[in-house]
Amino acid sequence: METAVSVKDLSAGYGKGNVIENVSFEVNYGEILTLIGPNGGGKSTVIKAVTGFLEKSGGEVTLCGENAEKLGRAKLSKLLSVMLTERVKPDLMTCRDVVAAGRYPYTGMFGALSAEDGEIVENALKTVEAEALADADFNSVSDGQRQRILLARAICQQPKILVLDEPTSYLDIRHKIVFFEILEKLVRERNIAVILSLHELDLASKVSDRIACIKGGKITHTGTSEEIFTEQNIRELYEIPEELYRKYFD
Amino acid sequence: MSKPRARNITVFSLLILGVFAALLSSVFIGSTSIPFAEAVRSIFAHGEYSDILWKIRIPRALSALLLGGALSLSGYLLQTFFHNPIAGPFVLGVSSGAKLTVALTMIAAFRYVHSVSSGIMVAAAFVGSLISLGFVLLVSRRMKRMSMLVVCGIMIGYICSAITDFAVTFARDSDIVNLHDWSKGTFSGMSMNDVLTIAVITAAAVLGTVFIVKPMSAYMLGESYAQSVGVNLKFLKVMLVVLSGLLSACVTAFAGPVSFVGIAVPHIVRLLLKTSKPSVMIPACFLAGSIFCMACDMIARTALSPTELSISTVTAVFGAPVVIGILVRRKRGEM
Repeated sequence: METAVSVKDLSAGYGKGNVIENVSFEVNYGEILTLIGPNGGGKSTVIKAVTGFLEKSGGEVTLCGENAEKLGRAKLSKLLSVMLTERVKPDLMTCRDVVAAGRYPYTGMFGALSAEDGEIVENALKTVEAEALADADFNSVSDGQRQRILLARAICQQPKILVLDEPTSYLDIRHKIVFFEILEKLVRERNIAVILSLHELDLASKVSDRIACIKGGKITHTGTSEEIFTEQNIRELYEIPEELYRKYFD
Repeated sequence: MSKPRARNITVFSLLILGVFAALLSSVFIGSTSIPFAEAVRSIFAHGEYSDILWKIRIPRALSALLLGGALSLSGYLLQTFFHNPIAGPFVLGVSSGAKLTVALTMIAAFRYVHSVSSGIMVAAAFVGSLISLGFVLLVSRRMKRMSMLVVCGIMIGYICSAITDFAVTFARDSDIVNLHDWSKGTFSGMSMNDVLTIAVITAAAVLGTVFIVKPMSAYMLGESYAQSVGVNLKFLKVMLVVLSGLLSACVTAFAGPVSFVGIAVPHIVRLLLKTSKPSVMIPACFLAGSIFCMACDMIARTALSPTELSISTVTAVFGAPVVIGILVRRKRGEM
């Protein structure tokens, strides 16, 4: 398998001091890497530094074989797309408008959509099973539908790498399952590399090819779900006392 | 796909018709009643009413057309910038900042050189606009709630107005006459030369928006998503501030502060078009602002003729309820 994302000794932070230090990992095409770990441990910071939202203070990020720093805005946006935790509340935009916003890197000076762009948008809507919502106001759809629309937006960018920051946090279990079914199919079909951060451990163990544990700004373990989801490991990562772990996990 | 397009065509046809209707009635209706046939003759040949038409009504109507559009567009750009539907040059204190610098420039100029070119006035207004916007920007970094932003803008507006009043108190009587009318907002006293200057500045700013139509639409999903699709955020933000500042500076320099147009008109346009796509909103806001200001100016000069109302009195009567409407509707969401 070919490497899509390679992160070496990455350090980054806000203002003075690093929140994450010497973080290294790799993700292959067609593979889902999930970041798990306690709040404030550095999951989001890793995601921001890899996607370029946050300037890194050290290390190297290589995306599709190229140094991320030298990629430039336009090229980067054709390789990598994101789904963020922040809530978007655009005024008077239909779901189709939101999905079409993903075509930005490919459209001309005024952002007009070509027939081909239109087809890609419709396809993305179909992929996330949201054709029926296309003309609905984005602010009026449910949380689960909204996340699927935002996924469709990310797909429209035709990325080789997809980065999702806690995409299912507000969803009920059915919508979580639907979301990950769509994501998994997408990744396998299009051979996309996925970096995902998750709070839901049960889901993480099912959908991830590999898992990285992040705590205190460092990666403590990396491995398959069998390797990571041991009692010892999870108790250490989230600092759960033995009796409570027994009560809630066994 | 065809439904929004049909709506766009209808709305734009109505807007263009409206601009013509408002322009014609602004020229033909006024405190001096001129028979229609006589008026038409006086426009195209030298006639009895040529002076009234060419020196007073036509420049006034055209300046209301241009400045109304400029003000509305300026409001729309600020709303985009702040992701806030009640942002506008007047409520954010931008107009008052421009008013302050223009008043100071006027007083200084009358005292030392006795005349001041319109170019210098616009420059002074532009500087004042940017200073006010700078303050609002500083505050907006600390406070994310849109209502607080507006409260802050209004406070900045009051401070600027207070300093302006202070300066005016110490100005000489002869200067005050000029200042007094202007500081309340009016389209009267425009010359064809003024109209030309306004047209050049407005056209330049409108042309500038062409370069940010695409990034503006991406910006509607928030800064992070805009950045993730490759928008140059710094360029976009600077352009939004400079263009909205330039447009509202032009209005303030020539007509004084005019209230509520910048909020009310884009809001009405959004309701009509049922979209917030910048490529549609920008021209629609301009046209609707033109109609709104020409109509308000007509009311200002004819309602209590021969006494003239200040333009802000009329725009506030129609504009302020729209703002209250927005607030009430938004109340359900978080402010």
